[in-house]
Amino acid sequence: MTDMAWIDAALTAARPQVMGALLRYFRTLDAAEDAYQEACLRALKTWPVKGPPRDPAAWLIFVGRNFALDEVRRRSKHTELPEDEDIGEHEDVQEELAERLDASHYRDDILRLLFVCCHPELPATQQIALALRIVSGLTVKEIAHAFLVSESAMEQRITRAKGRISAADVPFGTPGAPERAARLTAVSTMIYLIFNEGYSASGGNAHVRVPLCEEAIRLSRLLLRLFPGEPEIMGLNALLLLQHARTPARLDEQNNIILLEDQNRSLWRHELIAEGLTLIEKAFRHRRPGPYQLQAAIAAIHSQAQRAADTDWAEIDQLYTVLETLQPSPVVTLNHAVAVSKLRGPAEALAMIEPLAGQLSGYFYFFGLKGALLTQLNRPDEARTAFDRAIALANTAAEAAHIRLHLDKLQKDTGGGGPC
Amino acid sequence: MLYSILCYESEALAAGRTQQEDEAMMARLYKVQEKLKAEGKLGPVARLLPTTTATHIRSGRDPAVIDGPFAETKEQLLGFYLVNCATLDEAIEAAKLLAREKPHGTLEIRPVAIFNPVGVS
Repeated sequence: MTDMAWIDAALTAARPQVMGALLRYFRTLDAAEDAYQEACLRALKTWPVKGPPRDPAAWLIFVGRNFALDEVRRRSKHTELPEDEDIGEHEDVQEELAERLDASHYRDDILRLLFVCCHPELPATQQIALALRIVSGLTVKEIAHAFLVSESAMEQRITRAKGRISAADVPFGTPGAPERAARLTAVSTMIYLIFNEGYSASGGNAHVRVPLCEEAIRLSRLLLRLFPGEPEIMGLNALLLLQHARTPARLDEQNNIILLEDQNRSLWRHELIAEGLTLIEKAFRHRRPGPYQLQAAIAAIHSQAQRAADTDWAEIDQLYTVLETLQPSPVVTLNHAVAVSKLRGPAEALAMIEPLAGQLSGYFYFFGLKGALLTQLNRPDEARTAFDRAIALANTAAEAAHIRLHLDKLQKDTGGGGPC
Repeated sequence: MLYSILCYESEALAAGRTQQEDEAMMARLYKVQEKLKAEGKLGPVARLLPTTTATHIRSGRDPAVIDGPFAETKEQLLGFYLVNCATLDEAIEAAKLLAREKPHGTLEIRPVAIFNPVGVS
């Protein structure tokens, strides 16, 4: 007797590999999904009786592929088919064969499956939704809930995404090294987007959506197991772990945001931090720095400071300088400015971010930081204007509430009189 | 006689447990540890970080350092060391010293997530 919780977990864990192999056989996501569903149904019927197979993924691939081939035969009515119960004495032998055949494709199958979901034809929101559906196996309802849209809207979004993919070309040959590298980059970005969607929700009341963060971490670990020697994948994995480790300390009981410097660091998840720190150490041994490694290194410095006052801002400042040359972006400069304000004061930081006003005119954090720097520089009226703008751009109730706190504080410090 | 008890499980499955499920399981295991400890049978207990944090080293005169866990099934686990090092680099240097004295085999370095020197405390 195998317990259902175990079967459920085994199906989830095997899903990317099985879907990846079935996609290689059947070439369309719909056909692969049908075969996968059928294999799962048979697993639910067979495993509780016969016990779990030695390799659940190989079993599911074998059964899923046979189901789809049987369908073809059934339609052509040439061959009498054995009953389900007779799937046979030789199943183990065939399973082993399937396993051996698939082991060599394992890596590219999963990478292709992930890559299909982040096809350049798809907008980011569709990529994330599709990956959560196809690779992670979340139900449409779960995904709709995570994105705070109705189930039918999400169903439509996923159907549209699938339609676009089947219209586009998906390469099924074994990728060469440059192609593989390009796929890895696209997939890393998609995983990072899933994490960000969970970490800093783009709408609604929930500021943090833990399941999305955890799913992104699961995918990044999967990717790292496939490519254990890629420093940027180590960096991505480390970055997600180090940021996620802070989750228990990021919101108070009323769901208000607690800034990094005010967080109770004993609430951080130290096992995740240890994992992240090891990965970033491993990555840096390669001496091939990249954006994820640098961002992870910055997060690592925060994780290692016992108190906010112990933070090594000089090191963070240097890492941001390298990051800005590797991946110049106004958002990176904005974050760099925080380190500069700690090291060399708010005036220099403000001078750094003012030229970004044009590019970041719709960015909540830009106005949040600008307001904070102006407050420190004792320019309350301008600070208030910046904070008002930040509230207008806030994505979640928690963000807006956080800025309101700043405004209240300004009001108190300047003796009131400002606009309410 | 000292016995080691080594824990094997599918990592993908273990990672699929929620934090609550994991904590519940650990609580049950702590109960068993307490019983063994009361009987004077329990020694050090360690939980390792995921295999993605692993590095392995091929033995020989010039040991090669490779990312990822050791995955060769033709070799068996014959023993282990616990070393206390400030960085992964230090641990790798320690493992290389050992690797140079062994003509064959592999050493895998895995950071320890939880360590109780005398079992549950």
